[in-house]
Amino acid sequence: MIEWYTYLQLAIAVAAGLLCLALGLAGRKPTDLSMGATLLVEVLLIVQLVVAIVAPFAGNEATGSVLEFYTYLISAILLPLGGGVWALIERSRWSTVILGLINLSVAVMLYRMLQIWTVQGV
Amino acid sequence: MNELQTNPGDNATGTTRPGRVTGIGRVLILVYGVLALAATGRSFVQIVGKYDQAPLAYTLSALAAVVYIVATIALINRGALWYRIAWITIGFELLGVLVIGTLSLVDPELFPHDTVWSVYGRGYVFIPLVLPILGMWWLAKHAPEQRVLGGAAA
Repeated sequence: MIEWYTYLQLAIAVAAGLLCLALGLAGRKPTDLSMGATLLVEVLLIVQLVVAIVAPFAGNEATGSVLEFYTYLISAILLPLGGGVWALIERSRWSTVILGLINLSVAVMLYRMLQIWTVQGV
Repeated sequence: MNELQTNPGDNATGTTRPGRVTGIGRVLILVYGVLALAATGRSFVQIVGKYDQAPLAYTLSALAAVVYIVATIALINRGALWYRIAWITIGFELLGVLVIGTLSLVDPELFPHDTVWSVYGRGYVFIPLVLPILGMWWLAKHAPEQRVLGGAAA
């Protein structure tokens, strides 16, 4: 896990979450903007997965439970996919709110993943 | 993407009339879904990784996870039977979070390992405490109509 990348990802997930939440509460249906923001969060998660797989070979080992880390990561990857499909099927403002909540959930999970990877040894 | 419309009323998921799965209810269902996922994930990690450390707490975690999953499904589905299941599972959750939450404060020795419900769901921003109450409010407002047995033979 690369720390600066994770912080960047965390910031983007929070921003995307707040954006979608605001758009949804303002009554917007899912648009390219809200879907795009969610897609960006998803792509960053896939990159995170690749990083997590490769990092240990470069001597960057998780300090906490690897099992727990991957449970969070896989769950986080599934969430935007589920929300995205939902938003495609059900084009209402609430789908945009849901995208927002999903992005915020991803942010929380990323934070936990960062803790699992880095904080344990301290 | 072509404009595929789902055929209304073709099966259990059909929406001939608005059921509980509309509007803000979807948000509630989503939050339940995420909590179900979180509880399942955590109990998976606990049971695979360290079950022998605290079998009681981890079994409870798994039970909670299953109940959250059933509650999510019950909220999605329509009909009187699912409505009742939703009440039972959500009631169980409220009971669980109150009892385990109180026990974990009064006698921390009893639950040295975290469950979803420890300290009223503190590990989950108290969502486990708030959610059943919102869920019950939602259910009370959206009782299925009495005219059909078990929500129609679909």
